[in-house]
Amino acid sequence: MSLDEITTGRAATAVRHLLSINDLDRDGILEIMRLADAFAEVSERPIPKVPALRGRTVATVFMEPSTRTRLSFETAAKRLSADTMTFTAASSATVKGESLRDTVETIDAMGIDAMVIRHHASGAPLNVTAWTKASVINAGDGTHEHPSQALLDSYTILETLRARGGGDGPADLSGLRIAIVGDIKHSRVARSDVLAFAALGAEVVLVAPPTLMPASLEGWPVTATGDFDATLGDLDVVYLLRIQAERLGEVLLPSLDEYHWRYGLTRARAAALRKDALIMHPGPMIRGVEISPDVADLPASLVTRQVRNGVLVRMAILFHLLGSGEI
Amino acid sequence: MPAHNTSGHAGEVVVRGGTLVDETGERRGDVLVKDGRIVAVEETIEAPKGAVVLDAAGCVVSPGLVDLHAHLREPGGEIAETVESGSRAAALGGYTALVAMPNTEPAIDSGAVARDVLALGEDALAEIAVAGAITVGRRGEKLAPMAELAALGVRLFTDDGRGVQNSGLMRRALEYASGLGVVLAEHCEDLQLAAGGHMNEGPWSSRLGIAGQPVLAEELMLARDIALVRLTGAPMHFLHLSTAGSVELVRAAKADGLAVTAEVTPHHLVLSDAAVQGYDPVFKVNPPLRSASDVAALRAGLASGVIDAVATDHAPHAPERKEEPFDEAPSGMLGLETALAVAYGALCSGKGRAAADTGGSGPGGSGAEHGWVAPEKDSPMSLRDLIGAFSWKPARIAGLFAETKGGLRGGFRGGLRGGQGGPIQPGAVAHLSVFDPSAQWVVDVARQASRSRNTPYAGRRLTGKVRHRPRGRGRRPRRRGAAMTPARRRCPAGPGRRSAVGEAVGVRP
Repeated sequence: MSLDEITTGRAATAVRHLLSINDLDRDGILEIMRLADAFAEVSERPIPKVPALRGRTVATVFMEPSTRTRLSFETAAKRLSADTMTFTAASSATVKGESLRDTVETIDAMGIDAMVIRHHASGAPLNVTAWTKASVINAGDGTHEHPSQALLDSYTILETLRARGGGDGPADLSGLRIAIVGDIKHSRVARSDVLAFAALGAEVVLVAPPTLMPASLEGWPVTATGDFDATLGDLDVVYLLRIQAERLGEVLLPSLDEYHWRYGLTRARAAALRKDALIMHPGPMIRGVEISPDVADLPASLVTRQVRNGVLVRMAILFHLLGSGEI
Repeated sequence: MPAHNTSGHAGEVVVRGGTLVDETGERRGDVLVKDGRIVAVEETIEAPKGAVVLDAAGCVVSPGLVDLHAHLREPGGEIAETVESGSRAAALGGYTALVAMPNTEPAIDSGAVARDVLALGEDALAEIAVAGAITVGRRGEKLAPMAELAALGVRLFTDDGRGVQNSGLMRRALEYASGLGVVLAEHCEDLQLAAGGHMNEGPWSSRLGIAGQPVLAEELMLARDIALVRLTGAPMHFLHLSTAGSVELVRAAKADGLAVTAEVTPHHLVLSDAAVQGYDPVFKVNPPLRSASDVAALRAGLASGVIDAVATDHAPHAPERKEEPFDEAPSGMLGLETALAVAYGALCSGKGRAAADTGGSGPGGSGAEHGWVAPEKDSPMSLRDLIGAFSWKPARIAGLFAETKGGLRGGFRGGLRGGQGGPIQPGAVAHLSVFDPSAQWVVDVARQASRSRNTPYAGRRLTGKVRHRPRGRGRRPRRRGAAMTPARRRCPAGPGRRSAVGEAVGVRP
């Protein structure tokens, strides 16, 4: 298979795992969106819970700390009536030197249906599929992918456009121009978002200084630029990525101040955006670096909406992989 | 297969029916070996009574192979390999000599450690030469005692696993070494540019989210070292070159008359970085697998002679280490048992049957199926030239071509060293390899002699197999036959067997 095929998506047959957005095609992504809509209705009920996954067990295995993603998956599992168990690196045998394989096989032996894994090494969730019979869901692996984030991002954009249209919205992201701004090179969110947004028809532009761009964009369905200001006027969505302070030590940036000056979403840049442009961020957000403190609170900011939708989309993912029949 | 119970016989072996291939040419002939030396080479030789007859019909009989680059992991890494197990793997691959790399624990940076490894080599199934470290502890800070090591017979020095980062230190090392008759060998990798990359920097590293190291990390240090050779006049050997740019740099240096030599590994001749897409750490190696166009340039460089030798960089790792995630697993692949067949398949086997040899990679295949570069269709290299790159050329680089007295000063039972890679003629030491270029076989990890399992060729069909590997007598074994038992178990049809004639390792087809 060529890099191009990998990057632009291949049809999924009988999905067992969600390791990459490429495990879903456009229809698969839209199916997740439809399920998320259904679960949005469920979450409005007095008791926001359905028995869809009763008797199923979902294990969250977090080898690097991420409270919000873990809580989001666990909440989603519980709303589907699944049993959950939690395994985090800090409280586990990992600190005693147990290998990933032994950890996974131990959890697998307890009898689980899905394993939601976060790992600091790219590809670890794929490695894990060899050691468990459960469906493996990538909750973020190294600098590779974070597919549930990209699905909730796509859902949040679609939902917002639909609300604007009075309930009538576009079927996908066709015609939208989306800028992803920041540390593309090290971002698993960016890698998944690029694939998801492109699969749904959006035009994606990556904005970063050359040091924070991947070494090669061959096969990526994107355009790239280092000039944020030049892109502002015709964007429908500005997606900001978190900048980590350790990039300074790697000599990829002179200072966070200079980054903010060139690539931060300042009030001036926000003013240069079209009025209906949306502002997104996967969190945790560092105010004063990638975004000015006041801009993050503008009405155009969807940041808290992303968090709420995270639960719905993760319900949809779990149901898509494990569920059958009616919700 | 021949009988192997040779002890008590007259110490004679006949290698019968093969095509003799060596530096002088190629001809039909039988070889009579007595007491570890070739005593006759004739069109046909009738086997003396009691002689062992090795059937070489359809095979190429050549000088034994010489590996410039093997990690035997002893001392310190015995969980992954030992001199004994590594030399058994070497014998199965047709090798009669290999150079043990010094990145052991402790490093081979003193006469004491070198002596230990050489002593282990006395009982091994192949001649074990050691490479010494250039710097103490391979830390790149101060020079190792090169003269002391040279006096023990060490001819190659390297900090392999790490390049010497300090240019001033490398200059002094070359100057100091130039009076000793030794060769410095560089693992070319500028650590600042490599920046901790775990694979080749390019489209695949970008897509997979694995930190990449650019080709320049190798080429910049290579260019620096070539400049230092120009400055100092000392010879240098370049280990496991992996990029098209490196081939060009070596070509230009040779054209300028500089005393440089270079090697390439079998895996860099057949695998590209697309193999990493399944995140299987068996494909993690340093230098990393590069692009398919680098593979093509390395093949052309080997075929044209710019690259002198194929060296395995045999790098065993315990299975659990290779089950860690890609970013965390150690680098390295096994190579000794498969090297000649892999290189032969890539460069010499092209006559229509090659396509099947490297395995298909259909659209539904697993990620690990990808990255195998198709063999050259028009066989750019003759088998004799390829064997030269495995035998007489590396033998010269390693200082093992000439026959010398035992290498350990005042030490072990005397005996000969070297005599590797020379022409097949009466009087020569009988270090031989018998290779069947038409044999097809599937690599079975469970049957490999190595203590480790990290071969990328597991389950793959290869063309060409070493059938026998007679070896001339070196030193007398201290524990007669003791080291043979495991080989017998693993190779029931053709165990290595130490006897008055040295060894005749056969390999089941």
